[in-house]
Amino acid sequence: MTYPENYGYTKEHEWVSVEGGVCVVGITFHAQKELGDIVYVDLPRPNTAVEAGKTFGSVESVKAVSDIFAPVSGEVVEVNQALADAPEMLNEKPHDAAWLVKIKLSNPEEIKSLMSAADYQSYLGG
Amino acid sequence: MIRKVRSHINQNETLLFEQSSPGKRAYQLPALDVPPVDAASVLGSDARTEIEDFPEVSEVEVIRHFTRLSTWNYGIDLGLFPLGSCTMKYNPRINEVVAREPGLAWAHPYQPESLSQGCMEVLALLEEYLCEIFGMDAVTLQPAAGAHGEFTGIMLIRSYLESQGNPRKKVLCPDSAHGTNPATAIIAGYEVENIKSNEKGMVDVEALAKAVNEDVAALMLTNPNTVGVFEEQILTIASILHEKGAQIYMDGANMNALVGISRPGDFGVDVMHSNLHKTFSTPHGGGGPGSGPVGVRKHLEPFLPGPRLKKAGGGWTWDYDRPKSIGRVRAFYGNFGVLVRALAYIMAHGGPGLRNATLDALLTANYVRARLEPYYQIAYQAPSMHECVFSDDRQAAKGVRTGDIAKRLLDYGFHPYTVSFPMIVRGALMIEPTETEPKQELDLFCDALISIAGEIEENPQLVLKAPHGTRTSRVDEVTAARKPVVRWRRNETASKAAD
Amino acid sequence: MLAVCGHSTLEELYSQLPDEALLKRPLNIPAGISEYEITSYFQQRGQENASGYASFLGAGVYRHYRPVLCDVVVSRGEFLTSYTPYQAEMAQGTLMTIFEFQTMICQLTGMEVANASMYDASTAVPEAAMMAARITGRPRFLVASSVHPEYREVLDTYARNSRTQVATFGYDAATGECDLKDLDAKLDDHTACVIVQSPNFFGVIEKVSAAAELAHKRGALLVMLFSEAVSLGMLQPPKSADIVAGELQSFAISPSYGGPFAGIIATKEKFMRQIPGRLAGETTDAGGRRAYCLTLSTREQHIRREKATSNICTNQALIALLATVFMSVYGKQGLRELAEQNLAKAHYLAGALDRRFTGKFFNEFVVRTNGKSPGQINGALENQRIIGGLDLARFYPELRGCMLVCATEMSRREDMDALIQAVRA
Repeated sequence: MTYPENYGYTKEHEWVSVEGGVCVVGITFHAQKELGDIVYVDLPRPNTAVEAGKTFGSVESVKAVSDIFAPVSGEVVEVNQALADAPEMLNEKPHDAAWLVKIKLSNPEEIKSLMSAADYQSYLGG
Repeated sequence: MIRKVRSHINQNETLLFEQSSPGKRAYQLPALDVPPVDAASVLGSDARTEIEDFPEVSEVEVIRHFTRLSTWNYGIDLGLFPLGSCTMKYNPRINEVVAREPGLAWAHPYQPESLSQGCMEVLALLEEYLCEIFGMDAVTLQPAAGAHGEFTGIMLIRSYLESQGNPRKKVLCPDSAHGTNPATAIIAGYEVENIKSNEKGMVDVEALAKAVNEDVAALMLTNPNTVGVFEEQILTIASILHEKGAQIYMDGANMNALVGISRPGDFGVDVMHSNLHKTFSTPHGGGGPGSGPVGVRKHLEPFLPGPRLKKAGGGWTWDYDRPKSIGRVRAFYGNFGVLVRALAYIMAHGGPGLRNATLDALLTANYVRARLEPYYQIAYQAPSMHECVFSDDRQAAKGVRTGDIAKRLLDYGFHPYTVSFPMIVRGALMIEPTETEPKQELDLFCDALISIAGEIEENPQLVLKAPHGTRTSRVDEVTAARKPVVRWRRNETASKAAD
Repeated sequence: MLAVCGHSTLEELYSQLPDEALLKRPLNIPAGISEYEITSYFQQRGQENASGYASFLGAGVYRHYRPVLCDVVVSRGEFLTSYTPYQAEMAQGTLMTIFEFQTMICQLTGMEVANASMYDASTAVPEAAMMAARITGRPRFLVASSVHPEYREVLDTYARNSRTQVATFGYDAATGECDLKDLDAKLDDHTACVIVQSPNFFGVIEKVSAAAELAHKRGALLVMLFSEAVSLGMLQPPKSADIVAGELQSFAISPSYGGPFAGIIATKEKFMRQIPGRLAGETTDAGGRRAYCLTLSTREQHIRREKATSNICTNQALIALLATVFMSVYGKQGLRELAEQNLAKAHYLAGALDRRFTGKFFNEFVVRTNGKSPGQINGALENQRIIGGLDLARFYPELRGCMLVCATEMSRREDMDALIQAVRA
């Protein structure tokens, strides 16, 4: 599996893609593989404030619930509605179509603490 | 075209709604001995015209439907049911008979006390016996199940601590605890802090000592714990909590390992529940009803839910004057019918028989452990009590996990063990045979698991694709969760019925 | 077997227990007795009760005939001695009956989703209230004083520990219905739900839609309770409610001195993920055939632990099966006819007595005892092996001199006439 070079990654297995002042956030290929078949995604409503490192939603498989932690602080500006009807997208296209939320950054400095694709892969390897 | 689902005689059954047709009936009411009343005229717009799509079937269709469905089930009556922590022991039928005794079964909870003395005597005697078995000073029979008992127990602790000036903030739960423990603590208004287990599968006493402070209300402890191991440091654990003014709650799910040999009240427990549907053999019935009496030491007695039984004159009365009580946890007096069955079980065994049952439960679990240890990785070396827990470490190397082994066990005609619990064991196989299993049945079960271990070595696919011999092959739980269909609707599901 | 375990005595099996934890004497419980002795012990206890009495008690526990098939089915070992159907491939029988149960409860209540059962109605009430609190994010429950007093006590117990508050609104002294003006005045923006029972504790049919309208105007949910399930055979389903919680004791479940019964919670599809307890769902097996399994389990305690929707684990599965067989036996026409008999008997009885409230009723109502105390009347009836009504002063001091009376299809005319005689004499 390849991890896009232009994304930043967290130890909680989220990816972040910065487009202007807005971050697109998703879970990594590794995360969906560990979870198994994903059956439900619980996401915040738009306009919700989120804080880096705090949980803002959850992903469910048949027999497990995993919290999703915000990789950056800011305000949720958009939620991926398609996941409500097709949570299986998270298993199929975790790095693109199955993005979770878009967050308007309140502290752009936080981006610097994310891992690069190479660092993330060696984190997985270790 | 053959319309049967399968060719087997009792494997062809549709939903009752799909057998329904207007005018079929399975009932007969007596002739009305008073003038009829027109519903529309006395109820007006509140009267309903019909119950849409409610079934209409004949008597033979009803009995056939449920009898056929019953054959798709597995029960203790069919064979060993090794679910760890669930205590699936034989359910004596005499208990069913006495619970249906008309004078008990038709007793209304509000009939006069003078005409309820039989029920009250049954409850009083059961309270007395349970106090003796638990080593506790008082027992309430009101809680409807284990989790309900836990809730009652934690509220008792809260009320007691409040009366001491501070209800405190936290409840500690070992990471091996049943899921009901943390869920209960939250509903009772506490925060939960997890305590790590040590390498023996027991509470890490040093970690506990660090965690216990003036904010801790209680430790919720299962003993023997969920890996089937007795907490050998229980007396130290109790004193760590008591020194800081905290209480010990014991989840009595595994009380069947202790009856007659050790009593929670004697090893420092302040409050506990017991699942009568486990230790005292009332039937599980596909998931209930249960009963979860709570035993307490003297200092907690004033807080028990009301009403309480009290001797008055020559008989019993209900005492509602309980100013310190936490209040009711359910209407009336508890799951009386279940309590009757448990009392009958205790009477049949008597004190010596209960102790023997415990010893036999320890024996069967240790026998299964000894036979399986060469083939499966035991999770902890500490001695087992009434159940033994393995991990799937060796089998996982071949890509086969505990859930797969469980499904393969179905092909051998056994219900699986408890899968993937406790969570502290990677890929847990949790086995509790109970005292009522004969050696022959235990051997068949062990032989099955040993045979599966061999299959995993030679042909893991066989196990990964199991079950092969059940009426229903592996069920798609993923689609069920993604697109939940939780009720029948006309025309929606009929097409799949006769495939 | 001992030798295989590496032991020579049974006592060695627990030698790891600390000495201080051992019980060093026999349990103080008499030695075991035979089946015959056990049977006669419980027969004697039954005789000490009101065995064989006629009764006009209702108040949440009703006397209805139990069709023979109900016991036949639940006595089958495959149902009686099975476990919670976590292993779907070996529990299709239980799962399919739960699915049918859920469907029938939806059909009766007009809801879209029903769970596989709660302990009873009294505990379903706080579960429904907490569910409303999760949905609305609000902490306050507004409950009608015409709801069963013991259900309200249980709600109080739960609320006291869960950072929620319970407030009560009154009933109309003339009709016995809940007081909608009082409800409107007490509703606020912190109210998670309004809780009404219909027929209420006095047997009076509530104006559920009107109460729902008031609740919805303030963003609160409407929780409707029922304790007499047979009434659903004749009364409009509470479609305006958001959550329905109720008691199925009337469906073949013995009064059994108050339990075990079976409670339910049903709701709209949009609230499905907030419903407590188990749910069975339809799916397919690997061969593409229809199959059932427990579903949406991530709501539950064994997975979500401290974040679960409820701590409930064991429910009332076998009792729910009993109710399912009852509903299957009576069916669409039978439940209607059964309800008609209840209505006719109760109205016959009420016609000869002085009713305290004017509201519409089904099979239960409040009677003024005019001059005599309920205790005197009940005492006179006891001599005729009849248990009279419930003295309401016990729960409602303002209703001194009133008793709650219930008639079902099992109430014989001659016993009703005896009750009328005793009140009028």
